[in-house]
Amino acid sequence: MSGKTLYDKLWESHLVRENDDGTSLLYIDRQLIHEVTSPQAFEGMRITNRSLWRSETNVAVPDHNIPTKDRYKGISDPISKLQVDTLDENCDSFQIKEFKMTDPNQGIVHVIGPEQGLTLPGMTIVCGDSHTSTHGALGALAFGIGTSEVEHVMTTQCLIQQKSKNMLIKVNGQLKKGITAKDLILAIIGKIGTAGGTGYAIEFGGDAIKALSMEGRMTVCNMTIEAGARAGLIAVDQTTIDYVKGKPFAPKGELWEKAVTYWKTLQSDSDAEFDKIVEMDAIDINPMVTWGTSPEMVIDIDGMIPFNENGIHEPALNYMDLEKGTRIKDIALDKVFIGSCTNSRIEDLREAAKVVEGKKIANSIKLAMVVPGSGPVKEQAEQEGLDKIFIDAGFEWREPGCSMCLAMNADRLEPGERCASTSNRNFEGRQGQGGRTHLVSPPMAAAAAINGYFVNVVNDEWVN
Amino acid sequence: MEKFCTFTGIVAPLDRANIDTDAIIPKQFLKSIHRSGFGPNLFDEWRYLDHGEPGIDCSNRPLNQGFILNKDPYQQASILLTRENFGCGSSREHAPWALAEFGFKTLIAESFADIFYNNCFKNGILPITFSKDIIQFLFEKAEENTGFTFTVNLEDQILIDSSGNVFEFKLEVYRKNALLNGLDDIGLTLSHENEIIVFEKNHQIMQPWLFTS
Ligand code: SF4
Repeated sequence: MSGKTLYDKLWESHLVRENDDGTSLLYIDRQLIHEVTSPQAFEGMRITNRSLWRSETNVAVPDHNIPTKDRYKGISDPISKLQVDTLDENCDSFQIKEFKMTDPNQGIVHVIGPEQGLTLPGMTIVCGDSHTSTHGALGALAFGIGTSEVEHVMTTQCLIQQKSKNMLIKVNGQLKKGITAKDLILAIIGKIGTAGGTGYAIEFGGDAIKALSMEGRMTVCNMTIEAGARAGLIAVDQTTIDYVKGKPFAPKGELWEKAVTYWKTLQSDSDAEFDKIVEMDAIDINPMVTWGTSPEMVIDIDGMIPFNENGIHEPALNYMDLEKGTRIKDIALDKVFIGSCTNSRIEDLREAAKVVEGKKIANSIKLAMVVPGSGPVKEQAEQEGLDKIFIDAGFEWREPGCSMCLAMNADRLEPGERCASTSNRNFEGRQGQGGRTHLVSPPMAAAAAINGYFVNVVNDEWVN
Repeated sequence: MEKFCTFTGIVAPLDRANIDTDAIIPKQFLKSIHRSGFGPNLFDEWRYLDHGEPGIDCSNRPLNQGFILNKDPYQQASILLTRENFGCGSSREHAPWALAEFGFKTLIAESFADIFYNNCFKNGILPITFSKDIIQFLFEKAEENTGFTFTVNLEDQILIDSSGNVFEFKLEVYRKNALLNGLDDIGLTLSHENEIIVFEKNHQIMQPWLFTS
């Protein structure tokens, strides 16, 4: 018999029962909740008069709707306010731990989970949010679910699931200096496509993955969903354990020792068999920029928009107001957004600040903003003086939240505006109706802000 | 959830790949705290010429006459035909809620995104996948015959067109049963309550740090 993959191990350790019809009942250790996908689940519980199975496994935070400016004034949009108030009321009445809008530890749900130690290796974690895949960076089985399933987990602590297939994406060698985890995951999506991972749980392995920091690993797993897979996974190693140690909700003392012993077993066995293996060489990866309306429409900074004779790129190019054959470096930007659950952690902000330091944003840039992923990230950045670097360069320094990643709050693109964004989706209208999004890494976004155009941040040619 | 019964409906061809959940229901409508009211805003940015916001009465908004669902007879369509990776993007169940409320009971595509696919079954929608060739054939057919219909028979897992041509489709048994019987998943899971409790006790012994607060 061949060995087990990490996914197999996590699956088996949470298997309550196997049904005759090929489904299984899987036990869930942690449910993260935000204001957008939970109200109907709470409502469902009230209507059916059911209660929470284990209330302490649920943790909530509002992040999508909340303002990133003048937060003390409250939320001005009454519909957004109602949604956040509804979360507060639901958490109060069901006695769920919540980091409310004014809590110093509030932030984007996928940033605060790992930061608070609410995400631990070996857990099963769900959230009514597709980027729950982020938490797989810690060796947890984490995936997004719909609102009906949110209610299902609240009331039963379980989910009815069918096991996915196993895929290994192995990135050999080391990334070149200046190439980030964001470039890596964009390159992976460019290679396998946005439906490439459909039906699979993807484990990322290889030397280039092992060399990533936890922040980098979270960036990679975050965008697993853009590669079509609900769950991304990275094996537990010393980097993982060092990261978790001392986090507020991480185990302490004797329990810590016990947990670490277990967590160290959370890797795929050397003889484990995967249904699919994709290998890549890290050395080939350059700074990446998306040019279309799907994350797979991506090319490196020195490239140009590809020719496609059968016309399948037409709607995307029309929407983006771009033409085939245009050089990426000739694309001029209106706005720059550094933030989102993909790239708003301290390391992301440090990398961007390094590029910005001592420079000014281009006159043609209407708005460049930095939105830290959480209160603690913001505080840390301010202690390091990063806020000052950004502000001196002409960036706005905001309060934590989802912000212009999806424009549910006041931060958005106007029709026709073009944005270099560190977020994860370049769909039509994602950052505001008619807005045009180019996904890039934090240093690439920062360099675009300084220059007004995309430039290759790894070469020094662009310095203005 | 209502049981899924055999029905005959108009097939609306929406010829695009990778239609994401932001296109199906734009985020401003996700601010609702209710489960209904999303139908008029399905494909909002394609369907209307102005910008939609929650709370606006859609009946007076300018329609994009070129969009398929605004053309006769597709306002009455209950089957949507599209290309690969339909429903990619976010986990929002608002997408199937909006589709169902518009009147769609069946979606036909080359492939669907995982979370969206799963969400459909929780809301009485049957997503069917066919090979690229069959999808292409159906698009050509839709182009030639405006308003062509299919009879969807889930029990026998077949689609029948008005000339009697039959297309078989595959589906996992548990998904079929869930739709046919309109099952309440939570009730079903709670019938295994004792097994969950036994699992939980054992889990606590194995990983006690997960049970500290
Ligand atoms: S930052 Fe963007 S992708 Fe992440 S949870 Fe918020 S809206 Fe979703």
